[in-house]
Amino acid sequence: MAIEGYRIDDRLIHGQVVVGWGQPLALAFVVLVDDEVAASDWEKDLYRMGVPPEMQVHFESVASALEHLADYQAMPVPGLLLTGDTAAMRALVEGGAAIPRVNLGGIHHRAGRVPRLRYVFLSPDEEADLRAIAARGVVVTAQDVPAATPVALDAVLAGHGE
Amino acid sequence: MTGASSPAPARAIVAAHADLAAGLVGAVARIAGDAAAARLVALTNHSLGGAELVDAMRDAVQSSGAAVVFTDLPAGSCTVAARRVAREVPGLAVVCGTNLPMLLAFALGTGSVHAQVQLAMEKGRAGVLVAEEGARGD
Repeated sequence: MAIEGYRIDDRLIHGQVVVGWGQPLALAFVVLVDDEVAASDWEKDLYRMGVPPEMQVHFESVASALEHLADYQAMPVPGLLLTGDTAAMRALVEGGAAIPRVNLGGIHHRAGRVPRLRYVFLSPDEEADLRAIAARGVVVTAQDVPAATPVALDAVLAGHGE
Repeated sequence: MTGASSPAPARAIVAAHADLAAGLVGAVARIAGDAAAARLVALTNHSLGGAELVDAMRDAVQSSGAAVVFTDLPAGSCTVAARRVAREVPGLAVVCGTNLPMLLAFALGTGSVHAQVQLAMEKGRAGVLVAEEGARGD
């Protein structure tokens, strides 16, 4: 499978993705799944800027990602799929996407969210999304950078990850 | 003499990962003095999501009257946030790849914001080099 990771990160494309994961995994492409970004040329330009030329960025809505995911998974080079929130990842999983594992990369502090890890804060709805994803047999772990130890979802939700 | 007062020196936000921005601004203070460093406001992206970082940067720009945002990584969250704020604030310049020579040039600079940004970029680029003292090529 060409997609090496399926990541939830509210910063979308940023340093941890491009450098932290991009270099050790030799990522050749990123699939950014976000309905708002996919509908805006300005947003697309924003996220393309600064990405190294050897890394392609593909923009998809949740609906179009479900149509094209198998093509990305068949690509002969490694890639990463990104969503900005748990709801979009849940929609992909429940929409039938063959996603074996999900990485919680960064869901930061916001009103209504409870701290779970240094880089994971969750609202009750987001917890429900993650439990629903896991209930489909998807392995959900938190890991911000490759050098960090992955933390299983149960430990994340129990606040025992760090 | 015309008697007209000089315009206030341009100010800038320095936005970067972890403690980098505070470190850079602190270094400017040590090298160029507190008055120069006072033209710079450090902002970290630590623990902030994308939307929260935009809010923090917008607040910093508005409260300081900054005309420039210096960021670290071109593809980083600080740059993304700065570009979003620049869309709302006409004339706000965003400069990526910040280093200490660049900030020193800006913090000690005079003249128009455009001229200061150009000088800062020149000094920043010129400050990146390989010191080959004692290196052997063969």
